[in-house]
Amino acid sequence: MFKNKDKYLSVILISPSVIAILIFVYGFIGWSMRVSLSNWKGINPDYSWAGLKNYIALFSDPRFHIDIRNTFIFTGVFVIGSILLGFFMAVMLDQGLRGEGFFRSIFLFPMAISYIVTGVVWRWLMNPAEGVRMSGLNLLFSSLHLDFLVNKWYTTPTWGIAAIAMTAIWQMSGYIMALYLAGLRSIPNELREAARIDGASELKIYRHIILPLLTPITLSALIILGHTSLKVFDLIIAVSGKQLPLDVPAIYMWQTTFDGLFYGRGAAISIILLLSVAVLIIPYIRYTLKTGVEQ
Amino acid sequence: MSKKIWYSLFAVLALTALVLTACGGAAPAEPAAEAPAAPVEEAAPADTQVEVFSWWTGGGEAAGLEAMIGIFDAEYPDIEFVNAAVAGGAGTNARAVLATRLQAGDPPDSWQGHAGQELIGTYVEGGQIQALNDLYEAEGWLDVMPETLIPLISNEGNIYSVPVNIHRANVMWYNPTVLEENGVEVPTTMDEWFAAMDTLQAAGVTPLALGEQWTQLHLFETVLLGSLGSEAYDGLWDGSTDWTSAEVTAALDNFAKVLTYTNSDSASLSWQDASQLVINGDAAFNVMGDWAEGYFRELGKTPETDYGWAPVPGSVGVFQFLSDSFTLAVGAPHPEGAEAWLKIAGSKAGQEAFNPIKGSICARTDCDPELFGVYLQSAMADWGSNTVSGSLTHGVVANDSWKSEIDTALGLFLIDQDVEGFQTALVAACVSSGPCQ
Repeated sequence: MFKNKDKYLSVILISPSVIAILIFVYGFIGWSMRVSLSNWKGINPDYSWAGLKNYIALFSDPRFHIDIRNTFIFTGVFVIGSILLGFFMAVMLDQGLRGEGFFRSIFLFPMAISYIVTGVVWRWLMNPAEGVRMSGLNLLFSSLHLDFLVNKWYTTPTWGIAAIAMTAIWQMSGYIMALYLAGLRSIPNELREAARIDGASELKIYRHIILPLLTPITLSALIILGHTSLKVFDLIIAVSGKQLPLDVPAIYMWQTTFDGLFYGRGAAISIILLLSVAVLIIPYIRYTLKTGVEQ
Repeated sequence: MSKKIWYSLFAVLALTALVLTACGGAAPAEPAAEAPAAPVEEAAPADTQVEVFSWWTGGGEAAGLEAMIGIFDAEYPDIEFVNAAVAGGAGTNARAVLATRLQAGDPPDSWQGHAGQELIGTYVEGGQIQALNDLYEAEGWLDVMPETLIPLISNEGNIYSVPVNIHRANVMWYNPTVLEENGVEVPTTMDEWFAAMDTLQAAGVTPLALGEQWTQLHLFETVLLGSLGSEAYDGLWDGSTDWTSAEVTAALDNFAKVLTYTNSDSASLSWQDASQLVINGDAAFNVMGDWAEGYFRELGKTPETDYGWAPVPGSVGVFQFLSDSFTLAVGAPHPEGAEAWLKIAGSKAGQEAFNPIKGSICARTDCDPELFGVYLQSAMADWGSNTVSGSLTHGVVANDSWKSEIDTALGLFLIDQDVEGFQTALVAACVSSGPCQ
């Protein structure tokens, strides 16, 4: 009796948010899909059926090719960079050095800053001006006689987006460090001691014991970083504004929809973005749900 | 037990309310300026006020609007002026708020927009603004505004907005000292310009200062105008000039050549940064609209000694304009108030109050030059005598869709420097969103 009533109550309690999510998330996903299959262009809604026309056009659109290339470069540099740097910082902090709390906070601080602020600061640091107007990092390198390091940063053709990824690494690697540090701390010391007694080198301990035990954390980090990088928008806008060499799907979607009134095309880009994020996230959610139930 | 259920139900209701308000909050924020207006609206009889919507919230623009409101209040003391300005992003936020209000069937009486196709392509297409031909005739504005302006702000013979101010797009700013030191005369044709920039480049001076992508679009439109001349340039936008033609190819080649004279870090500079290069003597020329003059004055520079100006080479005798203008909403809640406001916006007194403060010239040709500085006086003289053409970047000649397609084509060209591909993309843009079929 009591149990039934609880069940009943929980359904009532949860229903408002379920309804809100159904309408405002799934309802609008459905609406966006419908728009992406329409000819809507201009201020007045037009739901005439266009089939997959918008999608097909996108895949032969040179601007969208740049977007895809940039997304791949950004994701690659950002994810690998953050994980390597984060892991390295975690391992260093795990050595029990003095003032660990201090360094931990310092490494974590960038995460507390918004992407816009990060972007504005790095826009200044990565100033690509030459000669007498040189400033920021280039000026620093040049005055240290490290002229080979002076470069065009985010205005470098093709690879400029990697400079933006670098600022994202600066921002997110502290977070990855925190994840790994928690993981490292949860590994019982006995395991390492046992391995040492068996004569394993420190490198071997990391390679065969610690890294395998940290796999779930690496997976989480991959998912979190991966979907952030697919959605990156504000950081690029803050560093460079709307400029094609650093274009990504989210910026194209925004510009074409709200500046150009190509609603059908914008919706198609957003659905492609949604699907690519879903490919990353859904297996992860299934995995966590499964392990959650097992526990 | 039963008490617990009641508590829970109450909690559910409270949560629902929370969720609903949260969702309401997620919608585009209503303008702050509107909030105090709402109660007034209910208290006052229908036609004793007018709600005017703009993005003039700061600097000379807001002060100019205040001055114009002062004239309005003196002329129509019975009509209350409700200033519904929305801040942020050069009008981006305001346009989003406006779109929401229009979709909800709650239009302001009159709103600001760039005169020309930006307004026409959006609001005339959407059936949201009224033609103002009668007002133009009654007020005699057709006689005091340049003849070549009217077709550019009309659609099928109907005029849809009242331009309050005029800015010029095809201005080439230069540093007189740098030119003098290198023995360069101010160029008036494309060929002279190239020759001058060759000399400067050989002397180690950056010939042309350039900023981020939108300033490159701005440069592009002025080079198009300078290369094609006003008639062929105007024809690009009404379909009478063929985008595939050899003269367009030549203009694009000119643009590609102009780009070779620019600073290497253009992608990282705002328009202010770029025009400051000229002021500081780091570059000789910069092409930017005449709001740059307001910036030079802010920096404390003196016209004609610290900076000089000339039409972009090849466009002498042409005034490539952009303009802020006001509309009359279809279904305006206070049509009489709106008409009174538009009369002030188009009047000599209203424009003379607004423009000296904003740093632009009157759309009318009969304003008193004494109220303006040296540069603006020269612009006024040109406005009264030159052929008028419209700006692309600032919404006169092409609708938003067409402009954004051209912007993308330009962006791709800046990456690959392929003139042929650029022209193909421009033709495609005209077919998809312009008059070409």
